[in-house]
Amino acid sequence: MTAAILAPWPWYIAGPLIGLTVPLLLLVGGRNLGISSSFRHICAAVLPNSRLAYLRQDEWRKQAWNLFFTAGLVLGGLLATRLLSSQARPLLPPGYHNALGALQLLGGGFLVGFGTRYAAGCTSGHSIMGLSNLQKSSLIATLAFFAGGLTAAALHRLLGLGG
Amino acid sequence: MGNVKFLFIGTYFGIVLTKAQVISWYKIRNMFFFREPDLYLIIGSAVLVGMLSIMLIRKFHPRTLAGEPLQIPGKPLTPGTYLGGFLFGLGWFITGTCPGPIYAQIGSGEFWALFTLAGALLGAYAFAWMKPKLP
Repeated sequence: MTAAILAPWPWYIAGPLIGLTVPLLLLVGGRNLGISSSFRHICAAVLPNSRLAYLRQDEWRKQAWNLFFTAGLVLGGLLATRLLSSQARPLLPPGYHNALGALQLLGGGFLVGFGTRYAAGCTSGHSIMGLSNLQKSSLIATLAFFAGGLTAAALHRLLGLGG
Repeated sequence: MGNVKFLFIGTYFGIVLTKAQVISWYKIRNMFFFREPDLYLIIGSAVLVGMLSIMLIRKFHPRTLAGEPLQIPGKPLTPGTYLGGFLFGLGWFITGTCPGPIYAQIGSGEFWALFTLAGALLGAYAFAWMKPKLP
């Protein structure tokens, strides 16, 4: 039993447990699962005098729950890795642990931040919460996420970078 | 309790994402290169549970535990749904990480993910700046 908990969890355990976050947030706090709005809130909190409407109009103090939730994600990663795992598993390949890798993460991260804000949601808000709530826009967003990811994968192969 | 309860739910979410290995670059690459079905099955079963939960909540308990009426707002369809979605997909492949896992990677001790987070914040800022000019 302990060994099973310390090993990676199989999809049929992990998937439903991820899905349970939706009713947990709804029943306990009346909130809708979503993560990428934290990027907007952090920008708005760090730049309180910004003249950009998107940041000025962000009521991040009223949405502070989202930042607590986000902080929980960091804590959850820590606990799962330190206490609930029998061995450390690399999350990024060593090839990212240098200046070029950092640049890739920065550039890719830029697309993640820009894209999820433009789409008003990410894998959490659209692909889990939105699809669970039968939103047409979330279905289209999810298809667009995969269109982007699979296009990048095809280019990656085309350029002979592997895959 | 206030907002602290959301810290706990976020911790739960971070633990299950980490144990599901959704925060692993390798698993994301395996998904996009169709090397293993795990991620598709994880997303599919998560949605199934979420969908059933929302159906049951609407039917039997349309209030929060504190007795407030439950609000599940819809998400509007805009050009950004397509364009932003596609751009995010590119970034998802490049970094091997989507927004939730960025934070869980940092918590797990993968501090290079701080670059992914910095990029995401810059991207959100760039969006705020360009928003009036975007379709």
